[in-house]
Amino acid sequence: MVKVQTVAVAIASTLASSIPALAQNSELAGVREEMKQLQRNYEERMQALEKRLTEAETRAAKAEKSAGQAEQSANKAEKSATQAEETAVAAGRRTGENAFNPAISLIMQGTWARTSQDPNNFFISGFMPSGGEVGPPKRSFGLGETELSISANIDPYFRGIVIASLSPENTVAVEEAYFQTLALAQGFTLKGGRFLSGIGYQNEIHQHAWDFQDAPLPYKAFLGGRYVQDGVQLRWVAPTPFFLEVGGELASGASFPGNDLNKNGAGSTALFAHVGGDIGESYAWRTGLSYLRTSANNRSFQDPNSLGIPVTNSFTGRAKVWVVDGVLKWAPNGNSTQQNVKLQAEYFRSEQDGTLTYDDLASAAPVFGGLTDSFSSRQSGWYAQAVYQFMPRWRMGYRYDALRYGSVNNAIVNNGLGPSAADFSLLGPYNPSRNTAMIDFSPSEFSRLRLQIAQDKSRMGATDNQVFIQYIHSLGPHGAHRF
Amino acid sequence: MKYIPAIIAVSLWLAAQPALAALNILACEPEWAALAKELGGDKVSVYAATTALQDPHRVEARPSLIARARSADLMVCTGAELEVGWVPLLQSQAGNPKIQPNQKGYFEAAMAVPLIDVPTRVDRSLGDVHPAGNPHLHLNPANIAKVASALTERMAQLDAPEAAYYRDRAKSFLERWQTATVRWEQEGAPLKGLPLVVYHKDLSYLVRWLGMREVGALEPKPGLPPTTAHLSELLSQLAKDPAKVVVRSAYNDPRAAAFIAERARIPVVLLPYTVGGTERAKDLFGLYDDTLSRLLAVTK
Repeated sequence: MVKVQTVAVAIASTLASSIPALAQNSELAGVREEMKQLQRNYEERMQALEKRLTEAETRAAKAEKSAGQAEQSANKAEKSATQAEETAVAAGRRTGENAFNPAISLIMQGTWARTSQDPNNFFISGFMPSGGEVGPPKRSFGLGETELSISANIDPYFRGIVIASLSPENTVAVEEAYFQTLALAQGFTLKGGRFLSGIGYQNEIHQHAWDFQDAPLPYKAFLGGRYVQDGVQLRWVAPTPFFLEVGGELASGASFPGNDLNKNGAGSTALFAHVGGDIGESYAWRTGLSYLRTSANNRSFQDPNSLGIPVTNSFTGRAKVWVVDGVLKWAPNGNSTQQNVKLQAEYFRSEQDGTLTYDDLASAAPVFGGLTDSFSSRQSGWYAQAVYQFMPRWRMGYRYDALRYGSVNNAIVNNGLGPSAADFSLLGPYNPSRNTAMIDFSPSEFSRLRLQIAQDKSRMGATDNQVFIQYIHSLGPHGAHRF
Repeated sequence: MKYIPAIIAVSLWLAAQPALAALNILACEPEWAALAKELGGDKVSVYAATTALQDPHRVEARPSLIARARSADLMVCTGAELEVGWVPLLQSQAGNPKIQPNQKGYFEAAMAVPLIDVPTRVDRSLGDVHPAGNPHLHLNPANIAKVASALTERMAQLDAPEAAYYRDRAKSFLERWQTATVRWEQEGAPLKGLPLVVYHKDLSYLVRWLGMREVGALEPKPGLPPTTAHLSELLSQLAKDPAKVVVRSAYNDPRAAAFIAERARIPVVLLPYTVGGTERAKDLFGLYDDTLSRLLAVTK
């Protein structure tokens, strides 16, 4: 505005100064009149200019305003566009051939081990070998089991889960493969296929979620590390305010303490009951009682006789196992993030009744040939462990486990005519025990590094001092761990 | 073994007892328990699976929760993978077909609300990310209103005879909630632009709603505990871009927040995070009232 005025005044004064001496008398009046007109003209023009300018300015302001509005709505549009995009992304994931792909997760494990005894000669003195993978990991660096887990709902009625175990020896084993009902009412759940039996407490917990690198001694001695069933399981949760669950299993009974019977009907029966609840906000507990009955038909094992020559012994008969278990967890106000404690203990009692066959015919110089006589055993074992998370990521734990030889009635030895007790070197009276301590560090919920030291007196007269370093990594979806 | 028949008999007797409420609700978090009570009144019985002092990410499928899930008609959870470590176990172990995923008896609040912080990349190197977005959605009153409407309809579906009752209560609740929201937004106006340090991304909806500014987080990555290295990095970052306050939820460890507060010379404010987190946060209204007054105390 100011600029326009100055320019106008400048022009006016220039015009005025360019009309000098002509200003004489009448002429002068005429010139003055002209000048006045000019001035008026300019003033009019200036006013018109000013008017146009203000108009333009208001228009500009309006434009600015509407521009702002436009921007705002653009922002909004962008926002809703991102939202739309989000839903589109979500929807996009659910279309195409991959839409029904099951959930896949993978557990990777490995160890570094140092043991004072040869892990290849592992046995538990006084107890029939289970044939399971119960020994310590091999020395030096070693790969553990890699677990591949695949699960999805089959249809509205069933869910399917398969866990394949890839062993470091490059073999694949089906660890679990079962279906589970989704739609049975009244607290019932039916499971079928191959699954970890519901007996005991630790049995149903997957190995990668164990608090120590290996299984407690009673699991190793009486269940071959853990008990897997090929069969069906029915569970019922009671409609009570506290937790009460009962379950039963009918299965082939092909795993230790049974073996493949090659007969019709169920080879093993398992029953279990669990009770649990909370004590205040800081404690949660569960306790249980389990019973397993199975049979063995020529379940054989190698046992060196008194001369050190391997002899094939085999057991035929009935095996029963009782388990009493209990677990108590503490976390301040139920918040386990900072600190928590887990106490866990189980007691096992095993009974075997049947016949034992001693057979050295396969050896180079048979002494007694094949003998069969009655055999019965009443043996027990227990363990107790405590794990304390003293700060986020860090836990330490201690476990004591022990087996009691109990009473073993081996008629072949007792009648004194054939092999003596020394010819059953694995079955001599001995009470194995072990002390284990561990500390583990979990950088996140998906990775864990563990140092474990143990003094293992499983073998009579040979204490095994063990040091293990173990890693457990999980890939894929966030796992859900059982209580 | 001989006690089993007796146990079964007792539990059958217990099962035969008439239920006191029409609708048995198991709420995964206290905020949904509070909402279910607001909407259901005395026609529902509500049990909260967790308290405000527990981290909803790290809850175990305790036996007591399996027992509650067994008799629940409706489970009200957040969803968006918040309860991925325990709710699937409750569903698979309780033997209750009603509360299975995709059934009417399993309600996820996250389905009723657009989530923020949806990651563009899903990779565990970024921490415990939630692919569906930030699940701590209850700290924006608009979300509570949306969830309330959706939950009312679900309750009305499951318990048709009482549908009118639930809808009446929802109407009254939403009216009171709307009034309160307007009041909170007025009261919260001074908080606009307030720079703050959070513990976890569990207050993001609150931060966004009140227009506050999240300068940093005590967790180096979502779900990982604070480390000294990260805290000192955060301190040097705060020297350049100072925050006015460190906020933490009732269930967070107080030490990391205190560490930063002391060195950056800013106050720590404990927020209830959910119903029951503080004395005043007795219900959803109290939760917001207390949250705002605790934050406003800093700006005075």
